[in-house]
Amino acid sequence: MSKFEFPKSITSRPVWGTLEVRSGEHHLMIAEAEGAEAILDIATPDLMAKTHLIYIPKGTGYAERLRALNSAQFYEGPSYEASLQRIRRVLEDTHMGLQVYLTGTEGMMGQAMSEVMTVGLPHTAIQTEHRGSVARRMQCVHCKGITEDVEVDPFVCAHCGLNLFVRDHYSRRHAAYQGVCVDAEDHGNVPEPKGIYE
Amino acid sequence: MTIQFNDETFRDDYTFNNSEWAIKRFPFPFHEDSYMYSVNMEQHRGGPEGSVYEMRFDVDEHYVSEMKDRAMVLDQDPLRCQSLPHMTLAGWDLLELIMASKSEDYPDLFELHRNGNQWRWINKPMGIDHSFTFMDETTLPYGPMEYITRQAQGDFAVLDQRDEMLWMDAGMVTTQADWSLDFDIGMNFFEWHAPVPKAHEMGIFQRALKFLLNIQQGAPARRLNWTMTVNPLLDTSPENYHKWGIQKTTLTPENIAHKQHLRVELQTFFRLPRSNALVFPIRCYLCSFQDLMTVPKWGRRLHRVIRDLPEELATYKGFIDNRPMMLDYLSQFDDGLPTSPGIWPDLETEPPLKSKLA
Ligand code: HEM
Repeated sequence: MSKFEFPKSITSRPVWGTLEVRSGEHHLMIAEAEGAEAILDIATPDLMAKTHLIYIPKGTGYAERLRALNSAQFYEGPSYEASLQRIRRVLEDTHMGLQVYLTGTEGMMGQAMSEVMTVGLPHTAIQTEHRGSVARRMQCVHCKGITEDVEVDPFVCAHCGLNLFVRDHYSRRHAAYQGVCVDAEDHGNVPEPKGIYE
Repeated sequence: MTIQFNDETFRDDYTFNNSEWAIKRFPFPFHEDSYMYSVNMEQHRGGPEGSVYEMRFDVDEHYVSEMKDRAMVLDQDPLRCQSLPHMTLAGWDLLELIMASKSEDYPDLFELHRNGNQWRWINKPMGIDHSFTFMDETTLPYGPMEYITRQAQGDFAVLDQRDEMLWMDAGMVTTQADWSLDFDIGMNFFEWHAPVPKAHEMGIFQRALKFLLNIQQGAPARRLNWTMTVNPLLDTSPENYHKWGIQKTTLTPENIAHKQHLRVELQTFFRLPRSNALVFPIRCYLCSFQDLMTVPKWGRRLHRVIRDLPEELATYKGFIDNRPMMLDYLSQFDDGLPTSPGIWPDLETEPPLKSKLA
């Protein structure tokens, strides 16, 4: 699957990279959905023997191929939220020198990145690669509720129901982009939603 | 002089009003007939007597009412004041800076009595007389930053300095020009400025950051920024934008003179002694178009600036739709005469408006 080229944007918007093998005794990989392909692209027996691999399928079927990589530990979690306690537990045991690989949607990478930073790993120990859906995790600036996997602009806040437009302004702490009321100056005039990058 | 504090509102019935004194000392932000972003910073070492530059923290007739408005905002939305755990020391630094400055600059309004760590703070306009232990949070009703900024006009961003960068790690933000502390907290200088058009490409933020990182204790700096606000609404927050945004559409040729306000921020920068943090007070001044037009120089200049402002800036500042109506109104006060350099009103030397009919 070809990778999506995000258009050039403002300075708060994160820029994602391309995974590469790093040396080190301990590796944590979190792959969400098509992110599995990025792992398959770099996996070597030597690397995987030192890796804890967490896979969140989100409806994709890479489990068998990932299991076949024979990582030191393999876990398939039904959702990011469900896997979070486990991720935190792994990070708690973190040795300095742990290498982290995050791949999948921006929402997952952003959230996991902030977990990793919280335990004090330098951001140079984290690699990312976007794969799969270009949906965004959005914070409603009005009610503060988070709406996951937003694919269209404008969209309806899952919490307060306001119609929000999708900004590029991004907060690492919230791991979310900002959503702002689209019809505040003309109540009821909500444009037809279209894909965020259309 | 003693200040007569207004009893006024910045919402609902909008009884906010500027006295003639307040109009004459309004920080008109344009030193020439055009405007573009620049690294417009200078030392904050006083200024002409009675001007908003004179004191470290200017106190004016709106003080008491602004503090009431802030309390209302915080009551509805406590997230407008936040401080990350490592910023408490900077909060004490800020409390000391404001208490010391205000009691020295306005001895008739504020008193600070220090006996070791036992402090007594008297704020006469707000009726506060409070003894507490400096550096002991349990002796204050709020954290130190919140306690003191509930008694100081303007918003406050408190920036941690590390890795040659500034981080917005604490703040009190209730009179903002449409940005969210809750969203921006924890961001660095380039990230929170991300939405600003043009200035990144112009290299302004790189140079500004360099300047800020080098600000020394006792040598504060300042700059002015501005935007436009319909009605004297202090809380133009993104949080409440779905409520106030519609007010922008209530402007008409009949009401524009008193409804449209120029909103000016006097931004200052102080290095804090113990934490090495930087505090960034953002003091908001509002003035209606009709009050501004009582100064002939400002009338001529405002028309020219708004007319020639690049579209991207008018869009970012949120008044692109109302600009034609503003220009219709403002053009009446521009007779084409030249204007004197600088921001001051120059009432004695600038000619009165030449009637265009004559
Ligand atoms: C360290 C203290 C500072 C803080 C906390 C701060 C904060 C902010 C924030 C929150 C915004 C709104 C961005 C948005 O749209 O979301 C802004 C706008 C802006 N800032 Fe700063 N700023 C600081 C220093 C400076 C300095 C030193 C300059 C010098 C050139 C500057 C220039 C600007 C400009 C030009 C804008 C756009 C304003 C407009 O057009 O209305 N800032 N700032």
